[in-house]
Amino acid sequence: MIEANGLTKVYGRTVAVDNLSFAIRPGMVTGFLGPNGSGKSTTMRMILGLDRPQRGQATIGGRRYGDLKNPLRTVGSLLDANWVHPNRTARAHLRWMATANGIPRSRVEEVLGIVGLSSVADKAAGKFSLGMKQRLGIASALLGDPEVLLFDEPVNGLDPEGIHWIRTFMKDLATQGRTVFVSSHLLSEMALTADHLIVIGRGRLIADASTKEFVSQSTESSVLVRSPQLDRLPELLGTSGPGVSVRPSTDGTGLTVLNLPIERIGEIAAEHRIVLHELSPQTGSLEEAFIQLTGGSVEYAGHGGTPGGGGPVPGNPGFGAPPSHLPLQQSAPTPPSPTDRPDTEGR
Amino acid sequence: MLRTLSVERIKLLSTRSPYWCTVLILLSVWGIALAVSLVENGRDASVASSQFGGRFGMLTFLVMAALAVTTEYRFGTIRNSLLAVPSRTVLLVSKTVVMALIGAVVAAVASGGGFLLTQALAKAPRDGAITLDSDGAVRMVFGYCALYAIGAVLAVGIGTLLRQSAGAITLLLLWPLLAEQLVLLISPLRDLVPWLPFNAAFTFVNGGESGGGMFGGLSDTGGPTPVQGLLVFAGTALVIWLLALVILQRRDA
Repeated sequence: MIEANGLTKVYGRTVAVDNLSFAIRPGMVTGFLGPNGSGKSTTMRMILGLDRPQRGQATIGGRRYGDLKNPLRTVGSLLDANWVHPNRTARAHLRWMATANGIPRSRVEEVLGIVGLSSVADKAAGKFSLGMKQRLGIASALLGDPEVLLFDEPVNGLDPEGIHWIRTFMKDLATQGRTVFVSSHLLSEMALTADHLIVIGRGRLIADASTKEFVSQSTESSVLVRSPQLDRLPELLGTSGPGVSVRPSTDGTGLTVLNLPIERIGEIAAEHRIVLHELSPQTGSLEEAFIQLTGGSVEYAGHGGTPGGGGPVPGNPGFGAPPSHLPLQQSAPTPPSPTDRPDTEGR
Repeated sequence: MLRTLSVERIKLLSTRSPYWCTVLILLSVWGIALAVSLVENGRDASVASSQFGGRFGMLTFLVMAALAVTTEYRFGTIRNSLLAVPSRTVLLVSKTVVMALIGAVVAAVASGGGFLLTQALAKAPRDGAITLDSDGAVRMVFGYCALYAIGAVLAVGIGTLLRQSAGAITLLLLWPLLAEQLVLLISPLRDLVPWLPFNAAFTFVNGGESGGGMFGGLSDTGGPTPVQGLLVFAGTALVIWLLALVILQRRDA
């Protein structure tokens, strides 16, 4: 169980993490999702006592990291696989960490076996490939057989096999009842791995929901309609129910209909004897949804293109507005959207 | 605490640079002692000549101690260290104690070895038999144990403050070799020079009653006694180390 309570970290004039609160439960993989520079790593470092928050605190099982006795036996983490001395062997690297927390030497051999590095244990870590370093990092996270595990972008730079291995591995750890908290900037990756998502942008909480809920609510589903009698349809469909919106499709040859079941569209067309050439469901990609949600929260955005592809953003009340448990900001909080994206110096 | 001491020992001894530094220290101290003892039947050999490489060895050790900290920042392992041992005070104390102990041992081997080599090999020293017959002679050889140990405190402190190898090494070399000697050019401050930390420190191993400085060329008058010199050096090291501890506590790792 990891709890963050009003975590705030400011570097100079930049607010890296802004009043962030969440709780990570055991027995499942919780994804920590946000664009690059949104404060994921900073948050993880604050949880682990490496960085000091200006306000708020993070606890693991009710205690701050610095107050844990033999912390590696409670919390295992992999923040950066490159944090190894290039001339030190993998075994020596694990051995000093084990010694520091009173972990028996036999456990070093055990974790080397688990991650499949036994045969290269006496090679200098500097000669390892990124994938091997990643495995070494995971070995050091597992060293103390901890209840809580944190991984920061663990699949970055890995080949498909490595990605698959880590994904399965994290799920196994969660199945064993452990708390697994893993960050990523890829929603598609998280959709495969995580059961629950904490989404942040610009250091602020955007969503705290199950992955399924998040994906279904945030991906826009619409229906594409093509017909030789296209001019009559918008009025007929538009007045058929509340909240229905009809707009020309992106290629201009049809209509995109939102918030109306596909069956109803067919029935309405049949009632009015309108010929349809196409009636197909469209699902927005996860990436589009993610960009729409965090569009206002991208720290380093190019100014050429508009994230979200232009057009009005469909209302997502559950996610767009800041969560209600956060104290209100001075001015009225505006839901992040591509149209009123604040400049780099937003606050 | 004992555990974190052995952690620091494992960390230090599982990389290469401490071994190379130690070899360099032994080669320089023993090599110079050997050369003086063998040339012309060791006519110029003395207790002092057995330690001609001592200054070089001392500075090499300072670099080694500073690197023990700065390489952790260079490769990011400092974060792993803090994840394993979250108390920054315990971490810095352990590192310092291990480096100081290793320094004392290396100094004993280097200086003691240099003395024994000189004693055994110099056939006809001009100044008579080479023995540890006075306090000054004992300090001249084994005083280095104290200097290396205190030097470890200073170097670990500087390494922690600067967090990068180039800066720490530059400071640790320019300070004794250049900065303290340059003060001599400012005449109103001349009397102060023997009291500057490194000049004061080497008074402890110069064998004289007072003064002398790092290179032995400073006037004897008005300088610190050997014990005063050692205290000046120790005080300086302690102040810098405490400053490093405060900064380490405050800064993000």
